[in-house]
This record gives sequence, C-alpha cells and structure tokens, in this order.
Amino acid sequence: MERLAWRQVLLPVLAVVLGLVSGGLLIFVSGDNPLTAYGGMLEGAFGDTDAVGRTLEKATPLVMGGLAVAFAFKAGLFNIGGQGQLLLGASFSAWVGFRFGLPAPIHIPLALLVGGIVASGLGALAGLLKATRGTHEVISTIMLNFVAANLTDWLVSRDGPWNDPDGGALARSPLIQDSAVLPKVGGLPTGFLVAVAAAVVIWWLVSRSTLGFEVLTVGANPKAATYAGISVTRITVLAMGISAFLAGLGGAIQTLGVNERFEPGFNTGLGFDGITIALLARTNALAVIPAAVLIGAMDAGSTLMQARTDVAPEIISVIQAFVLFFVAAPSVVRWIVRLRTGDDDRAIDLGAGWGAA
Amino acid sequence: MTPTESSGTPLIEARGLTKRFPGVVANDRVDLVVHPGEILGLLGENGAGKSTLVKMIFGIYQPDEGQIFLRGEEMTADGPGQAIARGIGMVHQHFQLVPPLTVAENIVLGAETTRGGFLNRRAAEDEVRELSQRFGLIVEPSDVVEDLPVGIQQRVEILKALYRGAELLILDEPTAVLTPQETDELLGIMRDLASSGVGIIFITHKLREVLAVTDRVTVLRRGKSVGSVDTADATTESLAELMVGRSVVLQVEKSAREPGEVVLAVDGLQVRDDRRQMSVDGATLQVRSGEIVGVAGVEGNGQRELVEAITGIRSIVGGSVTIGDHRVAGHPRRVRDLGVAYIPEDRERDGLVGNYSIADNMVLTDYHRPPFANTGIRRFDAVDANATELVERFDVRTPSIETTVGSLSGGNKQKVIVARELSHDNKLVVASQPTRGVDVGSIEFIHEQLIASRDEGDAVLLVSAELDEIFSLSDRIAVIYEGEIVAMLDPETTTREEVGLLMAGGGESDGESNGQVAGLGADGAAVD
Repeated sequence: MERLAWRQVLLPVLAVVLGLVSGGLLIFVSGDNPLTAYGGMLEGAFGDTDAVGRTLEKATPLVMGGLAVAFAFKAGLFNIGGQGQLLLGASFSAWVGFRFGLPAPIHIPLALLVGGIVASGLGALAGLLKATRGTHEVISTIMLNFVAANLTDWLVSRDGPWNDPDGGALARSPLIQDSAVLPKVGGLPTGFLVAVAAAVVIWWLVSRSTLGFEVLTVGANPKAATYAGISVTRITVLAMGISAFLAGLGGAIQTLGVNERFEPGFNTGLGFDGITIALLARTNALAVIPAAVLIGAMDAGSTLMQARTDVAPEIISVIQAFVLFFVAAPSVVRWIVRLRTGDDDRAIDLGAGWGAA
Repeated sequence: MTPTESSGTPLIEARGLTKRFPGVVANDRVDLVVHPGEILGLLGENGAGKSTLVKMIFGIYQPDEGQIFLRGEEMTADGPGQAIARGIGMVHQHFQLVPPLTVAENIVLGAETTRGGFLNRRAAEDEVRELSQRFGLIVEPSDVVEDLPVGIQQRVEILKALYRGAELLILDEPTAVLTPQETDELLGIMRDLASSGVGIIFITHKLREVLAVTDRVTVLRRGKSVGSVDTADATTESLAELMVGRSVVLQVEKSAREPGEVVLAVDGLQVRDDRRQMSVDGATLQVRSGEIVGVAGVEGNGQRELVEAITGIRSIVGGSVTIGDHRVAGHPRRVRDLGVAYIPEDRERDGLVGNYSIADNMVLTDYHRPPFANTGIRRFDAVDANATELVERFDVRTPSIETTVGSLSGGNKQKVIVARELSHDNKLVVASQPTRGVDVGSIEFIHEQLIASRDEGDAVLLVSAELDEIFSLSDRIAVIYEGEIVAMLDPETTTREEVGLLMAGGGESDGESNGQVAGLGADGAAVD
C-alpha cells in the first residue's frame, strides 16, 4: 500500500517539475535567467511572513474551488460552475457583512454560511436538472455562471439594492462591518484555516461516512448504486449542492478576509482554477491543499519575479498551463521520464459522464 | 474428424509456456497443439489460466519462458497486430465492435478499401457479402451493429477475423452471452469453419458444448495443463473431474419439500423496458415459501423487466407485485428491507462496483446499517470482519479482501454477490442467470446455496436461459413468452422439448413476432 501511495504522489510532482522546467526554457529563450526568475518567485512567495501570508491568501479560494471540483468528481459530476457559485457566495456574504450589526463570533460564521448556502442552491439546481431531466451538468453550470454573474452585477449596480451610496458611479457594495472581517493572526489569514478545515471535513466525508460511500458508488457505477438502494437523484442533487457550497464558501472567505466588500468581476477565472487544482490533487481532498498553495505561490511570487527580471507576468499562466498539461497527460510524463506504466495508476477521465445519460 | 492430427505440421504449437504475474504463476509450462481443421476445446475453471494462454498466442502477453510455433516456425509476436498479420484471429468475450457503424464498416475497419480517402462502401459490402456466403455466416452488410441481436454481433466478430485472413480462430467463451438456440447455431458454424481448414481454439466452461463440437480437449487447472484428451474418449464426468481435480456432482441433490404460504405474488403485471415497450404484459405468478420457481424463456421476453419490477428497480405500469403483505412500488431499499435478496443478471453492471474492494462490495447493500455503520459513520473493522468471514464461508478465491472485485474471475465475482445476498436472513431470493459465465465448480456451489436457501424456507425465483439449470433446480417451471407467463409446469412430468416449444411461442405458427427466435432460425436463413 505504501508503494501505491508513493506512485500517486509521483506523477503530480513530476508534472510540476516538468512544468517548471518547460517554463524555465521559455524564460531562457526570452532572454532571462530562469534561476533568477524562479529565485525571485520563491522569495516573493515564501521569503518572509508577509510573503507567506500573501501566498496563503491567494491559495485560500483556490483550495475551496479545488475542493468543489474534486468533490463533485467523486460523484461522477463535473462542476464547471465554480465561478458563478463563488460570485453568489461572495455577494451574499458581503450583504450579511454590511447589512447586519452582530458580534463577530456570530457575524462571521453567519456571513460565511449564508454565502455557502445560497451558492449551494445554484449547484443543487444543476444537480436536479441532471437527475430529473438529464441536462448535462457541464452545460447547465456554464449557463448558470452567466445567471449568477449578471444577477450579482445588478445587485450592486447603481440601480441595485446593494449599491454603495458612497461609491459614486462605482458598482460595488458598501464595506462590510468590522465585526464581519476575517482577522489575520500574526500576518497569516484565518480564512486559510477555514479552507484547511473544509478540506479535512470533505476528506473525512468521502472516506469515512456512509454519505461518502453513496457519493462514490453513484460516481463509480450508478446502476449498482440503484441496485443497492441508493437514490441516484438524491445523491446527484446533494453532491452538486455540497460542491457549490464549497465554491460559495470560497467566495465568502475571499470577501470577508481580503476584499471586505463585493465588486463585480473580482477574481475572474478563480472558479476555473479550481479545475486545475482538483486535477493536480487527483481529486484527493487533502492533496488539494498543497496543490492550491503551489498555484497560490506562483501568483504571489510573480510580482517579485517581475521586479528581478524582465519576465512578463503572463509567463506564470504559461507555467501553470504546462503543469496542467502534464497532469492531464500522464502518459506524456511517463514517456519523458521513462516511467513504467503502473496498473495502480488510475487515470482521471474527464470524458466520463459525457453521453452517459 | 482429425485427419491431420498425427501427420503434417501443426497450425500452432506451444511448448512449455510460462507466464508469471506478481505473486502468481498464471501459466506453468503449458503445452498446446492445434492442427488445421481441428477444434481444440480449452477447458478450465475461472482463473485456471485459459485467458493468459490465448493472450500469449495472440501476442497480447509475452511468455516468460517457452516457445510458440506457427506452422513450424517460431513466432515472436509482440502485439496482436503481428498475430493478426500471421493469420491468428481472436473473438473476445466482450465484443470489440463500433455499435453505430454497419456490419460491413465494422468488418473492414482498419483494413478498408478506400477511394480518394473515402471508404468505398459498395466494395466493402460486396466483399463482406461474398465472405459471409463463403463461410456460411449469414449477415446483412448494411445493418447497423447496435440493432443486431448478440448472436449476430458475434458472427460479425468472427467475420472480422476471417476478413483479415485468420487460419487460427480463438473464441474466448463465445457461448457465455448466447441463448440456447444461438449456441447451437454457433457450434454448427464452428464445424463448418473447421471443415474448410480453419483451426479453432474454443474456450468454454460448458462441458456439453465441448463434447458436442471439439476434436480434442486441453484442460488447465491452476495454470498447469492437466491433460489433453480426444473428445471421443471423454465424458462429462471425466472432464469435470480433470477441471476441478475432484469428482463433481453435476446432478443437484434435492429433497422433497412441502411449500408453505405465498411469499411473492405477481398479478397481471405490466412493465415497460428501456425503449418504452410494454415488455412485461399481464404476467401472473406466485412463489411460495420453501420452493424454487424457475422462469424459463428465450432472452428478451421480459425476464429482466419482470425481475427489476419485483425488486423495485423498475416502475410498475399496471398490475401488482406483493411480497408478504407489502405492495411493491418501486423503491429498491424498501424491497430489500422486506427480506429480499437479489442476484442480478448482469453482475458487473448492476451487482458490483468494479473498482471497490471485496470488503466494500460485500456490504454494498448494507453499508448504512449496524454493524457496518453507526449514525452515518462507517465501521471498517466490522466491514472487514464480515468480508473475511464471507470469503471463507463462500470460498471466494482471492489474495485479500482488499483486492478490487474487478480483478477477480467471473466465478469469484459471482460468489461475492451470492455471499452478500444469501448471507442475510431472507424471505425471498430472486436469482437471475446466477451461473452465467461461471465455471463448473462454482456452478455446483451456487446451486447448493440456492437449494439451501429453499430448504431454510425462503421463496426462490430463479430466472435462467439454461434449461439444464431450470430443470435441475426448480420445483415448478414458469415459461415466459412475450411478457406473459404462458405455462406453469411440473419438472417431473414435463420435457425439455415441451418447455422449448412453449418458450418459442407455444406451437402457434406465428414465430415472427419474436425477433430473437425468428431471426435465428435453425439454418440462419431467416436473416437477410
């Protein structure tokens, strides 16, 4: 069993290394020293407490987005609606944050919960459409992204109910009250701790609870799940709901811990980074944490990297794309490092679910 | 029937083939010879190494030791491509066809005649038609494969191999998926192919088929060849003993028993199939405590839908299913809670999760209740203890309870299901094709278990396409035809012929309405 665990870590690690090497070549070709660039990135990401704080802050919503995708995947579902769910979570937590005056120990959890629950409704809707009408969740969650984006745009627009009266022409919500702000402890964001706790809870749920067993069974063989007396409809709705809750919670943490208000279009693309993270973590909830920290560190370190060299910030996206490419194509990695194919290496098939109504 | 057996070069000869996998010697110095025009039966229990052996011959695996000679020349095929080029064809148990393509397209796929980069469809269909007539394998080249019955799809597979010039044909358990009629036809086709010079390796569990069609038999047991005998000198008993290594009781011992009260009552049941057709239409049937009622029928006459309605998986359109005093209304878990065990027809699709361990599969239907879970938290020590006990009690051959079920042989997979389902305190056991694709030793065991359930006072509903099984186990035989129970018979006073006739439509002269029977007339001429 130990050997097996080692192999499961090996491929993602190799993918990261190969991604960095490929990025290094690109930096070299564009006329810079890759070592200087990566040195700058490393220092910018982990050089001091502030840097670590920045990295963890960047990593927090990524953990949540990664968990959302990874959990849905366990039920054989591809939640591509993280972006919309995150926007709902962010905006509704901001509303609880600025609208109500409550003591912090109540205010913060309430705002987080409301954000998560409203978002989970959006996911559950996609799950319900899938289970009862056969609408593929990839299509419905993409469409619902637009619904969520436009709804939240309107909420804080000049004509919307949550517009900031001091914002002039700006479309944004008022600042949340101090009692709703997620504090920093010694420069480190507490939001990250919430995300880690969420990862542990999801890991436990999947591997130790009967609900997790039901989710895994529906994901692995829905016919056998029905045979065993599991309601595939119930699990599909529930799994999409929980997945969306996690994405919404990510948006809420970001709002309460970093932005402190809701502005439309903040962190565009964050929901999609969740897919990268989930793949890098091979859909293991605990592995989502290091995967998110890695991507977060690249983002956090990019500023210093630019300051030290002439490397364009876009190069970070290219490196991330390389990493994702190598994760998604394990056979390429094996070919490059001449690794022998292992039977224990279960591929994550993104095509699964298509056509299987 | 073996004119070239002693003279001439063998078509294929394997000497001392050994193949090791981590922790197991799958083949241990196995020899095998097939001459042109000869049918060799390859017999063995599940896991005896039959598949490994033919995969080496077909080039999928490389032997660790030993040599393979094709027409006297040593062969070092490193991949099926080379084996095919040298005239070896294999028909796998799970068909390798592209369902939406036509028969002709499937057959020429990968070896197409093209014109300007496009498939020459006319030429392909002509070639296929010519080939199918030459070998007497009648198919319509323009039919779409997914619309064809299994027996015809198998012909397409065989034609695919012949199209590529196969002189040695490997058939891996070809009859496992066929109805009795289709099986008879396949055996006829095999004889015709052999008389035109094709050598055939025929893998099967079914001794009757081996005796009916082969010239010689090679028997494997636990990776070793335990004998090669001329079929003429073999009997069912001698082959079974060679396979299992002990004498096997082929006739089930069953004591007379007086049935009790009605446990299952099906009354005027109507159920739709996946294509929305009313495939069970007015079926009425009762099963009492302490009796086995066998449902005989040609596949596709509503058996699957009947069973799925009884177990709550499929919704009931009309009529009723009553178990004890509860009306069933489509809720699988509630039905199970009434004390119903269900061995499904398609074990890999319905009854197991292939990438789960044996331990998890053993609690697939009970994972949520004590002792396997408490307040939603799984109790792995109880799960493991349960698996350890059942693996022992039901003789599941596995290295460990953590082994994934997908890697077990067919017989052992079925034993996992039987163990899970029959270890409960049941009132009703629904067993659908419980021994399909299962080796002789396991069949005997599964039959014993079903009889034991009956003797404990369970009501047993057995659905099987094997008339032997129906006759040897049933206390009463129900014949199903086009979704209705057309006869209730006593196995003591009825004959196979009578049941066979009723299965095919009861002597009424309209065989046409039943696609399976009509399309597969004895000489195959009904098709086309």
